[in-house]
Amino acid sequence: MQKDSVLYQELREVINEKKSLRNPLIEILHKAQDIFGYLPPEVQEFVAEELNMPVNKVYGVVTFYNAFTMKPRGKYVINVCTGTACYVKGAPRIIQMLTEILGVELGETTEDKKFTLTAVRCVGACSLAPVFVIGDDTYGRIETRAQLQGILDKYLKDEV
Amino acid sequence: MKIFINGKAYEALPGQTVLQVARDNGIYIPSLCYHEKIGPAGKCRVCVVSVEGMNGYVTACNLPAREGMVVRTDTEEVKAHQSLIVDLLLSSGIHDCLACEQSGSCELQDAAYYLGIERPSFDLAPKTIDIDDSSEMLYIDRSKCIQCGRCIEGCNRMVVNEVLSFSERGFETKISFDDNQLVGESTCVQCGECVQLCPVGAIIDKNAIGKGRAWNLDKVVTVCPYCGVGCQLELHIDRKTNKIVRVRGVESAKANRGMLCVKGRYGFDFVSDPGRLTTPLIKNKDGEFEEATWEEAIGLVAKRFTEIKAKHGADSIAGFCSAKTTNEDNYAFQKFMRREIGTNNVDHCARLCHSSTVAGLAASFGSGAMTNDINDIKKADVILVIGSDTTAAHPVISARIKQAVREGLSKLIVIDPKKIRLADYADIYVAQRPGTDIAILNSIMQVIIENGWEDKEYIANRTEGFEEMKAEVMKERYSPENVEKISNIPADKIREIAEMFAKAKVGSLFYAMGITQHTTGTDNVKSTANIQMLCGNLGIPGGGVNPLRGQCNVQGACDMGGLPNVYPAYQSVTNPAAKEKFEKFWGRPMSDKVGVTVTESMDYMIDGRLRALYVMGENPYLSDPDQHHVEEALKAVEFLVVQDIFMTETAEFADVVLPAKSYAEKDGHFTNTERRVQRLNAALRAPGDARDDWEIVQMIANAMGSDWDYKTTKDISDEMNKVTPSYAGITWERVGDNGLQWPCPTVEHPGTPYLHKDRFARGLGLFTPIEFKEPVELPDEDYPLVLTTGRVLAQYHTGTMSRKTPGLDRIAGPTVMVSVEDAEKHGIKNSEMIKVSTRRGEIEIAAFVTKKIPAGVIYVPFHYHEAPANRLTINALDPVAKIPEFKACAAKIEKIV
Repeated sequence: MQKDSVLYQELREVINEKKSLRNPLIEILHKAQDIFGYLPPEVQEFVAEELNMPVNKVYGVVTFYNAFTMKPRGKYVINVCTGTACYVKGAPRIIQMLTEILGVELGETTEDKKFTLTAVRCVGACSLAPVFVIGDDTYGRIETRAQLQGILDKYLKDEV
Repeated sequence: MKIFINGKAYEALPGQTVLQVARDNGIYIPSLCYHEKIGPAGKCRVCVVSVEGMNGYVTACNLPAREGMVVRTDTEEVKAHQSLIVDLLLSSGIHDCLACEQSGSCELQDAAYYLGIERPSFDLAPKTIDIDDSSEMLYIDRSKCIQCGRCIEGCNRMVVNEVLSFSERGFETKISFDDNQLVGESTCVQCGECVQLCPVGAIIDKNAIGKGRAWNLDKVVTVCPYCGVGCQLELHIDRKTNKIVRVRGVESAKANRGMLCVKGRYGFDFVSDPGRLTTPLIKNKDGEFEEATWEEAIGLVAKRFTEIKAKHGADSIAGFCSAKTTNEDNYAFQKFMRREIGTNNVDHCARLCHSSTVAGLAASFGSGAMTNDINDIKKADVILVIGSDTTAAHPVISARIKQAVREGLSKLIVIDPKKIRLADYADIYVAQRPGTDIAILNSIMQVIIENGWEDKEYIANRTEGFEEMKAEVMKERYSPENVEKISNIPADKIREIAEMFAKAKVGSLFYAMGITQHTTGTDNVKSTANIQMLCGNLGIPGGGVNPLRGQCNVQGACDMGGLPNVYPAYQSVTNPAAKEKFEKFWGRPMSDKVGVTVTESMDYMIDGRLRALYVMGENPYLSDPDQHHVEEALKAVEFLVVQDIFMTETAEFADVVLPAKSYAEKDGHFTNTERRVQRLNAALRAPGDARDDWEIVQMIANAMGSDWDYKTTKDISDEMNKVTPSYAGITWERVGDNGLQWPCPTVEHPGTPYLHKDRFARGLGLFTPIEFKEPVELPDEDYPLVLTTGRVLAQYHTGTMSRKTPGLDRIAGPTVMVSVEDAEKHGIKNSEMIKVSTRRGEIEIAAFVTKKIPAGVIYVPFHYHEAPANRLTINALDPVAKIPEFKACAAKIEKIV
């Protein structure tokens, strides 16, 4: 991708806006990931250059936080909660069913680039355990494969 | 205060940690992530101890000692805790000591030995080793890494190259270069700071693998033979092979604090190169060199010098002494020229680098040396770097500047035609058109005076000539708008620089060849003096005018009188009192005629005023401007003697070649850029029959019928102390581990970190009005570009030393920097071989197309005999200092068809 593309211009605007914050890196990386969907080396280098910061710092932060990814993600990211409550109430089974339905392992993206399956620690919705989150939507107390399939179908048809 | 360790009382200083007190008293507490240079990290938890009244176990490395503290390091419980950590570390890597380079100097091995751990207890080790051998100099084995983070701290906080960091997390945590590049493909400059700090065998010297471990090697501390920073080296020597195996920086050295650059750490192959001269050589009638005995060679030199002196007079012989040899060698050499030959025709390559500094600063302040010291760099509020590619030419000083910036202590202004590495750290960076420095400095001063930011009290009390200088700089010609047209620096940037610099409480100014190597070199230097006096920045810690000297002993060679106009310590040959002093001391009449300079001598050889030339450790064929001219001169001179460690390009022209010892085989002293005189210690046996330079000089002197009787290097040093006032207190016995900074007039004097405190050497500082003049040769239709020359990080000067290390040559081969705009104009691609030509000559060289140089300017490093920059440069000289204009001449580039 050319550095003068629309996406990079958008990122440059974000950086200019946030530059003066005391530690702007993490916020900028979040926005960059929103813009590009992931944080490939070129984007990290771009951020480093714009912030006049060595790229090793950017890379260290990107690889440290689970929220950042260097692999392209699907349109919808499924975060399965594996916090204590969800784990006890059946998170492993949810993961098992999702890997079967989607045909990918944890951390992977489906071939049609629709879904990425990941696990997170606690999302703070323990009363609904077991929980998973897609985008801003939270789904709880899922028991059956059919329930799961129904939810995924909505996203497959982009009815959300 | 007192603390108790294992039941015994020890004295502790305020601010010391328990670990430091223990170490100072020879008590071993295993520790891994702590290194004295980078301070406590409290990360690895190996140094846990128990303290009375404190819960649990505490890490000794970040535990401040307190009065009466009762510490145990040796109980079963403490040791069990330490053991568990060390065992886990051993278990989670692949730590096979059998063939590990670090065995014997490994801190993990030491800890395991102390705790009695035979083998790891847990099965956590990775299944495969993880090697990165992509770099020329470093070898990374991540399966030995214990994630202590010392390399990362060193890379980011000491040398501030900012390449290494931790990536990933938890068990996956690892060290990575940039964004997880292979080290050889990253921005790593291979300074080896990480190697020096690594406690285990995870980052090691690639080229030392298999060549010996700690217990095989002797260690000798000496001084680096490359640039003028004066880094202290610890050479690790294999006595059996008589070779250097590896090099470490000396952590306690004030000049470098253990840091080195890629040349200093890895560029030592030349010492044991098979091409070293081992026997005297005499050129026969067929123009071929034949081996000769010392008697034959010295006899011939003495005979020819005597004949030529008798026939053509003493002034028909000239000598070049050397910024690469010791103070003692240089003292002996200039004494030989003055006393035995009877001429002041002695000079050396300082003519080509800082003669304008010596002339300019001597006129302004009364002393021509760097005014301040390296340790105080961080005391500056603003650092102005003009005309110095510090990261390439003086890497360890640039590390100090980068530290000052990253620690938030100093602001940085960089003015340089190339976007040098330091520009990335600068608050303000601007690129000037080469050769317009005076206009820029005058303009900055105009803005300062206009706004009343100058230090009025300082000007009134400490200086003279202000009004005259003011009259010049206030001319309309130097308004920021007009100077923008001259220099290409935007007017508002000039104003910004003026404000930032003038408002700093302490401002320091650093420069190098970008200021000095112009036909206006002396004027450029005086301008830097003007601005620093204007701002009251002289005679204070952290301020000053700081010319960075380029060679390990160029300061010393000048101090020792290796110049045509002065005896040692800059006592003028035209001053009758000085002449009388030396006539009395050396017992011969002295000439009061100022001798010929290096740059002028080429003309003198061609027109016959010079008949013989004696060169010690210099390579003018590659280093001097206008190579064709130099070649003509070296061919014309009747008798040429070259004394060197290699058959250099210059030596090829010689009638007699004499083999000398290298720095690693010598005792003596080098004086670094901050006037620090430091001791060299011989580490190796010299190859064949190579001798000390001073000894060769003495042999020639005595063969000419003289009475020299130096038995050791120290004898010369003792004599030198007697006639060199600024060195009088720097005696052989006193020099010590960290040397002494001149002036040091008595044996009680502590040395002088910064000059001109309370009073300038000449009394009052002298402002000089300086008028801007263009370089001699400006671009025109035929030669539309400005050619500027200089160094690159991994090479050094004429390559005689650095190019003997194959890795350095692979890192940095000959290239010409061409701007993207000029490359497009000529259809030149990156790495394409192109032709660069000037009115003096042409070379073929690969193009390095880059944004780091502005359109209209090209840059050629001068290290390469296959693409000699000085075939292109112009022998136009500064009228005062006779320094050539290496930094600007007109050139053109062409595609090769």
